[in-house]
Amino acid sequence: MTAPEVVDCRGQRCPLPVIALARRLPELPVGALVRVLADDPAAAVDLPAWCRLRGQEFVGRVDGPDGPGFDVRRRH
Amino acid sequence: MNASPVYLDAASAAPLHPVARQALLAALDDGWADPQRLYAPARRARQLLDAAREAAAATLGVRPDELSFTPSGTAAAHSAVLGGLAGRRRAGSGLVHSAIEHSAVLHAAERHVADGGTATSVPVDRVGRIDLDAWSTAVGAPGTALAALIAASHEVGTVQPVAAAGAVCAAAGVPLYVDAAQVVGHAPVPAGWSVLTASAHKWGGPPGVGLLVVRKGTRWESPWPMDEREAGRTPGVVNLPAVVAAAASLRAAAADAAARSVRLARLVDRIRARVATEVPDVEVVGDPEDRLPHLVTFSCLYVDGEALLHALDRRGFAVSSGSSCTSSTLRPSHVLAAMGVLSHGNVRVSLHRDTTEAEVERFLTELPEIVGALRAEAGVVGL
Repeated sequence: MTAPEVVDCRGQRCPLPVIALARRLPELPVGALVRVLADDPAAAVDLPAWCRLRGQEFVGRVDGPDGPGFDVRRRH
Repeated sequence: MNASPVYLDAASAAPLHPVARQALLAALDDGWADPQRLYAPARRARQLLDAAREAAAATLGVRPDELSFTPSGTAAAHSAVLGGLAGRRRAGSGLVHSAIEHSAVLHAAERHVADGGTATSVPVDRVGRIDLDAWSTAVGAPGTALAALIAASHEVGTVQPVAAAGAVCAAAGVPLYVDAAQVVGHAPVPAGWSVLTASAHKWGGPPGVGLLVVRKGTRWESPWPMDEREAGRTPGVVNLPAVVAAAASLRAAAADAAARSVRLARLVDRIRARVATEVPDVEVVGDPEDRLPHLVTFSCLYVDGEALLHALDRRGFAVSSGSSCTSSTLRPSHVLAAMGVLSHGNVRVSLHRDTTEAEVERFLTELPEIVGALRAEAGVVGL
């Protein structure tokens, strides 16, 4: 498994992490995995909601040494 | 710029009902004495308090001795939760509540847990309705002392299945507490509860008056230090002029609630439909059918909630938001989080008896350009 592309949004408040994801994902090939690092509590709600609204795949949350990460796969 | 004020935050505080104002002014002259004393002005105050209690009880369809006036809706909610648990401590220390209760209920639950009790949060679906199977499992678990369910969500308007939830509670022998703050004075109060609370400034009464109703036969014990007032359920002398105004306006609000609800529900339908079609990338949340007549919530993708509230305020529109940037804790609304819906760019619009069609039209006309301007400024158009 290849390491996911990381979008570092630590320290950014809502809705900036969602905007960063929406900008980055279309630049990657379909099937690519992005990890959004975001410590704003709203990210845990808004990143999955964005994926649902945009038909992208929310893979899950990973809590690592870099803080909360949210994995998203480009579906289309 | 036309910035005449349009107040669309009745769910926080409804404008004072004219009947409340009239009753308040009269009672300031007539109801200042301590109702418990034994002289003429006190007897007059006692009569006013008794009449207010009878009027409020009659409006809710309960007995006057089941109803107490509290210093706020929050105090009533705290009393309902902590008193309901205290009265049932021999049955156990388990509290069951929905994930979308008002923060007053959740804060009382936190206190209960800090004191050694347990609390089980029952999840909701995408439109904000509780999972009845999960509710049944939680209520039926050994040691459940009390269950708490909001009658209808104060943030998204979804009406909860109180009768069904109450039947589950009755079968398990667990009392049900219903927070009816957004229902009393607006819509019929559901059946099946043992304890109920409401808040006067949500129906057009003055702030600083709550209702706590404990049905006969309910095991409920005051969580506060002993005080003989209000049947021992809530300490302190009531704010009698405000109580009189609350009771008078409750009767008035309930009397024309049916007609008002039809009118406001049509305006809410219009807001739901027009916002969904005229504002790009917006999520209108809450149940489209089974909902409060006067409240609608939506979230605008990529828009900062605080910036949106300020932009609306500059145009004269008063609304509220569940976005984290608008809360003191910088956390998103627990209700929106429990539903799994977008929490940023969130707006709650709640209508009241004086809301006009022209005001709603102006809001609907100006909203798309306000959202569009904020998105252009943030460089997120077309994302």
